[in-house]
Amino acid sequence: MTAEKLLTRNFGRADSHTLRAYLESGGYTAWQKAQALEPAAITEEVKQSNLRGLGGAGFPTGTKWSFIPKHHTGPVYLVINADEGEPGTFKDRYLLEREPHALIEGMLIAARAIRAAKGFVYIRGEYVEPWRRFSAAVKEAYDAGYLGRGLDVVVHRGAGAYICGEETGLISSLEGKKGWPKVKPPFPAIKGAFGMPTIVNNVETICHVPHIINRGAAWFASLGTKTQGGTRIFSVSGRVRKPGIYEASVAITLRALIYELAGGVAGNGRLKAVVPGGSSAAILRADEIDVTADVDGLRNAGTMAGSAGVIVMDETVSIPEALMVVARFYAHESCGQCTPCRESTGWIYQMTKRIVEGRGRKDDLDTILDVARRGAGTTICAFYDGAVGPYISYIEKFRAEFEALIPN
Amino acid sequence: MSVGNDAPGAWNRPPSGRAGLADPAPRVAFTAEQLAEARRLQSLYPDPRGALLPVLQMAQDAFGYISLPVEEYVAGLFNLSPAHVHEVVTFYTLFFREPKGRHVVAVCHNLSCHLAGAPEIVARLKARLGIEVGETTEDGKVTLQSVECLCACEHAPMMQVDDRYELGLTPEKVDRILEGLR
Ligand SMILES: Cc1cc2nc3c(=O)[nH]c(=O)nc-3n(C[C@H](O)[C@H](O)[C@H](O)COP(=O)(O)O)c2cc1C
Ligand code: SF4
Ligand code: FES
Repeated sequence: MTAEKLLTRNFGRADSHTLRAYLESGGYTAWQKAQALEPAAITEEVKQSNLRGLGGAGFPTGTKWSFIPKHHTGPVYLVINADEGEPGTFKDRYLLEREPHALIEGMLIAARAIRAAKGFVYIRGEYVEPWRRFSAAVKEAYDAGYLGRGLDVVVHRGAGAYICGEETGLISSLEGKKGWPKVKPPFPAIKGAFGMPTIVNNVETICHVPHIINRGAAWFASLGTKTQGGTRIFSVSGRVRKPGIYEASVAITLRALIYELAGGVAGNGRLKAVVPGGSSAAILRADEIDVTADVDGLRNAGTMAGSAGVIVMDETVSIPEALMVVARFYAHESCGQCTPCRESTGWIYQMTKRIVEGRGRKDDLDTILDVARRGAGTTICAFYDGAVGPYISYIEKFRAEFEALIPN
Repeated sequence: MSVGNDAPGAWNRPPSGRAGLADPAPRVAFTAEQLAEARRLQSLYPDPRGALLPVLQMAQDAFGYISLPVEEYVAGLFNLSPAHVHEVVTFYTLFFREPKGRHVVAVCHNLSCHLAGAPEIVARLKARLGIEVGETTEDGKVTLQSVECLCACEHAPMMQVDDRYELGLTPEKVDRILEGLR
């Protein structure tokens, strides 16, 4: 079930970030191959591979690429989302530091498919070492002539704001504004960065592209489930014996991931809950982890694969306290544009805090649920829905634990 | 490139009523070299304004923090209103609008770090530094922040000290790291 390693296959090499190491492992051969393919053929191959976006939304990558208007004559941009900020997720940090040339090669191929001559890589400002490593790789790629002959890459650093991970917030930020998400439609593929058609993809999504071109869509698709191909990197943290990154088939079950790869549950050793897709994913109880971790498997389980940040909690963890920490995050990171999001995230944090401090009121839980439900789906971006997932699921699944903290 | 502070317009002058708000700071300006770098950055984007964040980062490195005069100076480089730049500066957590310590210690308080003992780490930092979160030590050495997930949760609890990630913290390790700061 651990499948063959694609993205992390070179991580054992201390010099895996260098061009030499990348070339030795077959690097840039997919780019050679892709140059002989028509752009539409590349997109079709990626569609057939069932690659789905690994940044959070799980959208089919080839389909997204095909949305670029066919008869557009102006510039098209490729934007790489390296603003990794979803709590519990750390895979893109590894990819930038240890396999930067895979991202560059993937960008070359993707840019050919969508006819982009310029790519931006938006790296979160706190990632200093990943930025250095990736920038050094870009320089190597220019010197070796991979970049600068049809594709230019600009490495752009963020300045601290979770919301810039949302693709239209990221575009606003790239344009030199505060990172306010934009109303969709128009989607970025029609009108994105600097008003031009733009494809935004996650680092890991694009790192998969060379493998698909080299070994074929059918092979890639066969590694996963019927509706999602390939492997992905799971970031596992919290109360597990071996926290870290694990590349596995998207069809792995959460149970296998936690017990076979991550060494099982730490703390008191007994599992209480799992957040499977970064903090914005709804929480699962210990008896709900016999599900596959692909996009549709987790959607059917009432949660989401998101960024595959798996946070594990043993029985000694206080769920109300965990929700308070999560609610503080959403209150802090709301961009403030939409009233339901700005107001509810602040109030719900205050309420979870007073519950944890033993000052909760009888109707607090129902108020939180009511407020959360009414705001869901009404906002400009999916940030608020990402906050609602935890609010509702933590309370519904562990209600007794919250009630026990509320004085009579 | 057509924009520049060498092409001043009304937008580039501090509104007179605002002068009292700012420090009586010396004139803010990049060196010729820094200015050339700012222009280079601007040339990388289809619209030079795309370089606003990187140039603000440069300005912060050059001047220590982003005061109102710095905002106005940068606005001039971009043909933007100081209000736009102010809006941007206040939106992002990595921009400092007041002098910061020689070192910035940003401890993660998000979920995985919390589960691994972040509250204890925060308490240790506060006690050893003798300051609250958000404050700077009196000798100007350290500014302490408590921040959201820095995405190194596999090594929780963790913190960032300037450019470096410090991983797998214990209270003792925190002491050693603080002692190493000059
Ligand atoms: C609040 C919020 C935060 C997000 N943060 C990230 C992020 O840090 N990295 C990322 O790749 N995608 C993030 N996304 C998803 C992006 O909006 C977008 O779907 C993704 O970058 C597209 O790339 P993909 O199709 O390759 O996944 C976020 C979405 C939301 C709503
Ligand atoms: S949902 Fe929240 S984060 Fe998204 S645009 Fe609205 S206020 Fe901003
Ligand atoms: S929760 Fe602290 S680094 Fe992610």
